Amino acid sequence: MASDTMTSSYYITHHLTNLTYGNHPEMGWKFAANGQEAQEMGFMAINVDSMLWSVGLGIFFLWLFAKVAKNATTGVPGGAQNFIEMIVEFVDENVKSVFHHKNSMIAPMSLTIFVWVFLMNLMDLIPVDWIPHATYLMGIPYMKIVPSTDLNVTLGMSVAVFVLIIFYSIQQKGIGGFMAELSLQPLGKWALPFNLFLELVGLLAKPISLALRLFGNMYAGEMIFILIALLPFWAQWLLSVPWALFHILVITLQAFIFMVLSIVYLAMAHDHH
Amino acid sequence: MSINMTIIGQIISFTIFVWICMKFVWPPLTAALAERQKKIAEGLDAADKAARDLEAAQQSVEAELQKSKAQAAELIEQANKRANQIVDEAKTAAQSEGDRIKAAAQAEIEQEVNRAKEALRAQVATLAVAGAEKILGASVDMNNHQELVDKLAAEL
Repeated sequence: MASDTMTSSYYITHHLTNLTYGNHPEMGWKFAANGQEAQEMGFMAINVDSMLWSVGLGIFFLWLFAKVAKNATTGVPGGAQNFIEMIVEFVDENVKSVFHHKNSMIAPMSLTIFVWVFLMNLMDLIPVDWIPHATYLMGIPYMKIVPSTDLNVTLGMSVAVFVLIIFYSIQQKGIGGFMAELSLQPLGKWALPFNLFLELVGLLAKPISLALRLFGNMYAGEMIFILIALLPFWAQWLLSVPWALFHILVITLQAFIFMVLSIVYLAMAHDHH
Repeated sequence: MSINMTIIGQIISFTIFVWICMKFVWPPLTAALAERQKKIAEGLDAADKAARDLEAAQQSVEAELQKSKAQAAELIEQANKRANQIVDEAKTAAQSEGDRIKAAAQAEIEQEVNRAKEALRAQVATLAVAGAEKILGASVDMNNHQELVDKLAAEL
């Protein structure tokens, strides 16, 4: 929607700003009028658009799968059930090939991650202007519809996975075992501080790399869609169609990577060294 | 791009979604999959068993067929033998019956011939007497010449 009345930089900024509701130090609880105000709100703010789309897609995922699960037949499956079962089997195979312990939480968690992240990424393929422009006309100034381009969302999931890593590490090995794992390798007990530093960095890198990888890929993809949208309308399809086709691969791959790495990290948390 | 409470919201929703998925979505789906897997395995087993049964049945049918063929052949041979025997017996019976009939016919013929001879002798005697009467011009006394006539007739 690169009309003459707005500049390119304004257009890009507009598309990359969340609809934020929070406590502004001077103006109290309100929707941020622009990115600057959202910044000033600090931690006491919430990206309403990210939360709405993310929770909405999560509910859609659960609704779809629960509906199929409720009517699941052991006979010949219909189209929807076949499709859902294909995804479930795909996830189950991945979990079984990586995770060899007994834990009834890992597989459902992987399914949730895979489908949910995929759906959130899929929003990227809706032409960048449709929904933001529609909500703009309805009086909502900002609307970022791809939750996975919000660092809060990806970091939220990776932190949840991180908490699970810590929880299962302690559950499986005990506090002592977990501490020993963090401090007695790779160099033995005489290099304890060095070991601890190395292992802590490694441990913290897990959720951060998980979140940043997904965020970075999706943010960059979204950015390119926005840049393509700045071209004259008759030239856009030349770039947007190939990029969208390529992006189908990217969004699936990123959802898959997020899932597999979560499984791997949790498998490592269960493994005794 | 700043970190704010959205991250807390996302952690909470993630936890709730995983919990719901673990409680209500994953178990029925995998149960259905496992059930179907079992069904298919049973079906394949049944098919295998049916194939084995079929093979066994075919083998027994083959054996039965061979047995009945052999029986039939034996029966035919016996029947042939019996038929030959019957034909032989009939031949022999016919032969002897023919011989008997022939012998009977021969005996009757002989009898007939003898009877004719007797009759002829008697007539010859009468004729001879009549001839002699004509020749002699007188009647021959039958009583006187009976002995002579009988002698003549016996000589014929």
